[in-house]
Amino acid sequence: MDKTTKSFPISHVIGFFLSLALTFGAAFVALQAGLPANTVLWIIGSLAVIQAALQLYMFMHMNEGEDKAAQSINILYAVFIAVVIVAGSIWVMFSGHSH
Amino acid sequence: MGIKWDEFFVTGDPLILASQIAILLTSIGAVAALTYFKKWRWLWTDWLTTVDHKKIGILYILVGIVMFFRGGVDGLMMRAQTAVPENNFLDAQHYNEVFTTHGVIMILFVAMPLLIGVMNFIVPLQIGARDVAFPQLNALSFWLTFSGAMLFNISFVIGGSPDAGWTSYFPLAGKEFSPGIGNNFYAIALQIAGAGTLMSGINFVVTILKMRTKGMTLMKMPMFTWTSFITSIIITASFPIFTVALALMTFDRIFGTHFFTVSGGGMDMLWANLFWLWGHPEVYIVVLPAFGILSEVISTFARKTLYGYKSMVLSITIIAVLSMLVWVHHFFTMGNSSAANSFFSITTMMIAIPTGVKVFNWLFTMRKGRIKFTTAMLWALAFVPNFVIGGVTGVMLAMAAADYQYHNTLFLVAHFHYVLIPGVVFPLFAAFYYWWPKMFGYMLNERIGKWHFWLFTIGFNLTFMPMFFLGLDGAVRRAYTYSEQTGFGPLMLTSAIGAIILAAGFAVLLYNIYWSARYADRNISNDPWDARTLEWATASPVQHYNFASLPEVKTLDAFWHMKKNNEIKELNEDEIQEIHMPSNTWIPFYMGSVFLIAGFFLVFEWTIAAAIATIGIIAGLIFRSFDYDEGFHVHKDEIIETEQGWRKVGKGVKNHVS
Repeated sequence: MDKTTKSFPISHVIGFFLSLALTFGAAFVALQAGLPANTVLWIIGSLAVIQAALQLYMFMHMNEGEDKAAQSINILYAVFIAVVIVAGSIWVMFSGHSH
Repeated sequence: MGIKWDEFFVTGDPLILASQIAILLTSIGAVAALTYFKKWRWLWTDWLTTVDHKKIGILYILVGIVMFFRGGVDGLMMRAQTAVPENNFLDAQHYNEVFTTHGVIMILFVAMPLLIGVMNFIVPLQIGARDVAFPQLNALSFWLTFSGAMLFNISFVIGGSPDAGWTSYFPLAGKEFSPGIGNNFYAIALQIAGAGTLMSGINFVVTILKMRTKGMTLMKMPMFTWTSFITSIIITASFPIFTVALALMTFDRIFGTHFFTVSGGGMDMLWANLFWLWGHPEVYIVVLPAFGILSEVISTFARKTLYGYKSMVLSITIIAVLSMLVWVHHFFTMGNSSAANSFFSITTMMIAIPTGVKVFNWLFTMRKGRIKFTTAMLWALAFVPNFVIGGVTGVMLAMAAADYQYHNTLFLVAHFHYVLIPGVVFPLFAAFYYWWPKMFGYMLNERIGKWHFWLFTIGFNLTFMPMFFLGLDGAVRRAYTYSEQTGFGPLMLTSAIGAIILAAGFAVLLYNIYWSARYADRNISNDPWDARTLEWATASPVQHYNFASLPEVKTLDAFWHMKKNNEIKELNEDEIQEIHMPSNTWIPFYMGSVFLIAGFFLVFEWTIAAAIATIGIIAGLIFRSFDYDEGFHVHKDEIIETEQGWRKVGKGVKNHVS
């Protein structure tokens, strides 16, 4: 509703196209490049992390917050959740007899 | 995408045929009534396009109560089927569908809408705000939840219900073993409703962080606001996991991918893993606001400030972290390593510690208080012993080795009903009795309320206590029948009788709502309970702008101290200023409708039709981003007139509180 911020959102547009490029890049590596599965996993995993970081800066106002403490708590909590979900799932799914 | 019209309507079951006719007649009746009483405009401007957090809260509660009826009928059907051995009331397939929809509806379309409804109504008032941070998003949340609920509910008359349990474990829920479209309803309806819930979570995090009135620091917030805040954070953290899991399920079922299939490199148990990564935090999402309600009710009717406020805040924060670390206890028997099972066993038991702290805090709040035994307080009192039974059996289940014995039996079913009914439903009933005057301007009848309380509590214990013993004797859950030689008959019959009493209790609540709407005294003050928090500082029912001037907070239990220190301000007409409020909008209702249509097509795997309907969603998004509605201003005259109106009402309540 604030009409003072009506300048053209150039960073959003750049972020949008970079995100598209990274996504289609990952799809190309997975479907067309013909690399070994392990290499594909590493490449698309890295592209995903890059895209997450890109979106945090381009869309999520990471660099605009005035409150550093809140920013740190948010990042720490997000890292905690991500580690729990990813590392936890891998541990649970592969450590036992289930797989 | 061949359309099989002969499978479109569910046919061949007299129960379902009766429901189809009933739905048709009810729909015709509703349209006729709206036309006859000329209420279409009222429906549109007052409800369908509203962005008022109070009306949205009431809509959520309405959906929750209607769904409670639906889920309750499912429960009664299950108890009727298992009341005697070898019963033929339902066949195996129908029983599978009924326990699946019972579970999904009770958690996602009863507990969630009722709690989010109460949060919607109460939280902005408690923090002294005029609305939530994003009012239009709030309306969108509601309409997506509503669309999800409707899409899920039509499954039993059109297309066939999901039948793989509320957890919908793969491989059973996959296309190989459930080839019909029933489980598509599960994947897509919950996806739509889940998107709405996620937006609610974000909305309330921002609202509570940014919209608090002057002087209300975090540690001066009422406990219900605190628990709503933590719940919103857990929603924001855990619902995306469910979104992803459901999307993968949709891909597996509709587009032939192999994420969770047995063949083609899929991992079937990965579904269980992702489901419970969301599903366990979900338990705390529903139980934490309920704990907040109890804190408000106990503190008000013990007439003391909440004991151990800081330890309560610490407990719920610890629960928020621990709730993300226990999910594996739902599938100890999968065949994990003993290290994994031990780890999740210990984290599960650790959750009992902050929960125990909270129970003792409530007991100490009541200690030496002058307790008023209102209906709301009765629910809070009954919560303590009943919930402790659920909690202690939970610690029994948390031992991974012992869980191999309890797993998948009625013992587990009894445990989680003892957690969720005293832990969520009792507090919600307490919330109804406690906040009803704030929502509607009259109180629910206390005498009828006590009938409701005793029938429901006795019925509940009679229904679920026998299941502990049945489970230990080896009765498995989700079995549609059992032989006479098992000896389960007498306890199963006891449970069925209990279910009838439970249902009678719920019927009394509905009667109470009807009776009170017709006959209850409207001459109540804005503060009939002599309560402690800011929502009681304004009119009952609350005027649309909430507060003529925003209150200033100095202490915890702000309103209580204002009353004690005579700081309640008289109306000063010179200080009244115009109030800026958001305008109504049709976009959220439109978006909900398009999502319903697109979702319906996708359920039937009519992908081209679904893609065309999706254009409607994108059109709504584009329209919204060019929408520069600045809201409107409430004029001084209107504010002065409203404020003079409610401030004149006589003090005290007649013939309600015993």
